[in-house]
Amino acid sequence: MTRSDRTLFRTILSALGAALLGTAASAQTLPAPGPTVEAIKKRGELVCGVDSGIPGFAYQDSSGAWKGFDVDYCQALAAAVLGDPKKVKYVGTTAKVRFTVLQSGEIDVLIRDSTLTFSRDIGLGLTEVGVNFYAGQGFMVRKSLNVKTAAELNGATICMLTGATLELNIADFARSKGTKIDSLLFEKSEEAFAAAEAGRCDGYSDDTGSLAAARSTMKVPNDWIIMPEVISKEPLGIHTRDGDYRWSDIVFWVDTALKTAEEFGITKANVDEKKKSEDPFVRRLLGLEGDFGKQLGIDNEGFYKAIKAVGSYGEIYDAHFGPKALGLPRGLNNLWSQGGLHYPLPFR
Amino acid sequence: MARMKTTSGNAALWPMKPAHALLWQGVVVACALTVLIWFGHNAASHLARRSMELDFSFLWRPAGFAMPFQITTFKPTDSYAMALVAAFSNTLLVSALGVVTATILGLALGVMRLSNSWLMRNASGALVELVRNTPQLLQIVFWYVGVLQLLPQARQSLSLGGLFHLNIRGLFVPYPLAGDWTTILALLLALSLVLVPLLRRFLPMRRRGTRWLWLVPAVLLVVLVESLSGWSVPALKGFNFAGGMVMPPELVALWAGLSLYSAAFIAEIVRGSVEGVAKGQREAAYSLGLRPWPTLRLVVLPQALRVMIPQMTNQYLNLIKSSSLGAAIAYPEIVQIFAGTVLNQSGRAIEVMVILMGVFLSVNLLASAGLARLNARFALKER
Repeated sequence: MTRSDRTLFRTILSALGAALLGTAASAQTLPAPGPTVEAIKKRGELVCGVDSGIPGFAYQDSSGAWKGFDVDYCQALAAAVLGDPKKVKYVGTTAKVRFTVLQSGEIDVLIRDSTLTFSRDIGLGLTEVGVNFYAGQGFMVRKSLNVKTAAELNGATICMLTGATLELNIADFARSKGTKIDSLLFEKSEEAFAAAEAGRCDGYSDDTGSLAAARSTMKVPNDWIIMPEVISKEPLGIHTRDGDYRWSDIVFWVDTALKTAEEFGITKANVDEKKKSEDPFVRRLLGLEGDFGKQLGIDNEGFYKAIKAVGSYGEIYDAHFGPKALGLPRGLNNLWSQGGLHYPLPFR
Repeated sequence: MARMKTTSGNAALWPMKPAHALLWQGVVVACALTVLIWFGHNAASHLARRSMELDFSFLWRPAGFAMPFQITTFKPTDSYAMALVAAFSNTLLVSALGVVTATILGLALGVMRLSNSWLMRNASGALVELVRNTPQLLQIVFWYVGVLQLLPQARQSLSLGGLFHLNIRGLFVPYPLAGDWTTILALLLALSLVLVPLLRRFLPMRRRGTRWLWLVPAVLLVVLVESLSGWSVPALKGFNFAGGMVMPPELVALWAGLSLYSAAFIAEIVRGSVEGVAKGQREAAYSLGLRPWPTLRLVVLPQALRVMIPQMTNQYLNLIKSSSLGAAIAYPEIVQIFAGTVLNQSGRAIEVMVILMGVFLSVNLLASAGLARLNARFALKER
């Protein structure tokens, strides 16, 4: 076969393939898994954008290993796509660069306690795949101020970190209540805590997840109370780039799989035992029945591997925010059946 | 340039004919331009491929956040562009305060280092060395955390006559409230302050005879004070003092940190420039019977100024750029507000950084152009 013959042959073949795809999409022809997954497989590792360092979500321990809630999500994804939770390259991103790093293609996915909002979805050309942590902005104030609700904070000065939308939420809240709250923005938590400690501001504000960590670092944690109310909705979640919906699908269904695992009582420890289950939902999730994994373009046992690597959603939460860790009640982060908001879509 | 031509071959690296030189300069400029255009094109095409085109329309969207300290009238409903203006005026405010204080302090320290008194000379030297050899950010944080956060709480503030209050939240002073005529009277007062000296210079009468003209602004000032509808006096209310005007500790700490650091370098510039003036000048002045201070003021400093100004320009530009360190201690300057809050809310990282660089570049180019003109005035004029 000459060179030109080969090209011709290839063209015909691909035309045929396209025709087949067009007519037989309903016949479950497996489409290509998308450029991002191909790149990950070729590279042999997932490049995961996480927070550069915040207790609970993502931080490096004394040996330099990444730990945290978002980090476990990265590992689950790597296990599902590459079969090995260790094949992750973590990129610690600051609030300023996080979306640019994702847009420019330096990372495959951004799992970095980042709020999903309209302007990030539409204005920045990103896909908001799913919420993995429901948070809200709250206040920590000195007990001695005798303030019971945030609405009483008229004229108060609040210290906070720059790099999020904290000051915007506070301004919105103050406007809605017709009050005035001053926001002092610090680059680093050390200076912000020092200013709060010295009395330069009346309180400190952050997402509920981080407030618990902040209180534990104050000189006398008992002098401070975290107010019960939250002034904003902060659905923290996973961002991917627009343009590769296959990859976004995989990320979405891995997140769903972790939550479904909790729903059906599947844990890191009992996942092998659960393979004997007769429940069709469990069998589909673990890749024993049907070809859900294959249809996504990953290993058919991809979800099984993800659960085996990090456990169910509930286990991940407990490991980083549970009573033995930061001690943050699950609240909205419970499954819907427990009074929370996580309502995973069914595997069928 | 005319002088260049007359120099012999050892001044030029490669002796060549003027036409050749022109050709080579053209080639260099063309290469530089090509590289620049290639960079720009490269950035643009890469951004386009990732559907990230440059878009500055976000500037007109409402900002939504409030500023804790400002000298403009920025409200949360104003646009991001207005937030840029408000934050920029905070940067200019602290830079201007810093430049003035650093100059005065630097001159004083520099002259002290040249003093004949052992104590003055060494005290100044010790301070200069201490400030010059520690990081500037550390000094700013020291002023903020180490000094100003030791001030008393709002309820225990140091008060002067119930009008002035100093506490950890800042210095609170009474603020005049404008009446119906205040603005017009203030404008008239400003106008009279400009016109009176001009009139006195150009009127044909003897200067002594027109001294009464100064009564006009004095009367205007009295009327202006009378026109005020009252004073806003700070008073403790709820968490904090309300009313009056406040100078927040963030501004003071940044101001102190910037001016002291630059003053240390300016002191060295002053010392070097003064010592650079030929010894004979001073001796000549003494032999004419001038005392030390007039000698310094009339003979030495004017000559030292020629050497000083170009170096001072560097210090001023550094000070303006260093004002961005205020972001560390919550001073709402342009880097914190625009490259922090606005960047985050809009997500337009590249656009925000481009604007920020443009702003700093134009401020510093303007400042150095101004100082270059000043330098030209003071430079030795050969006639």
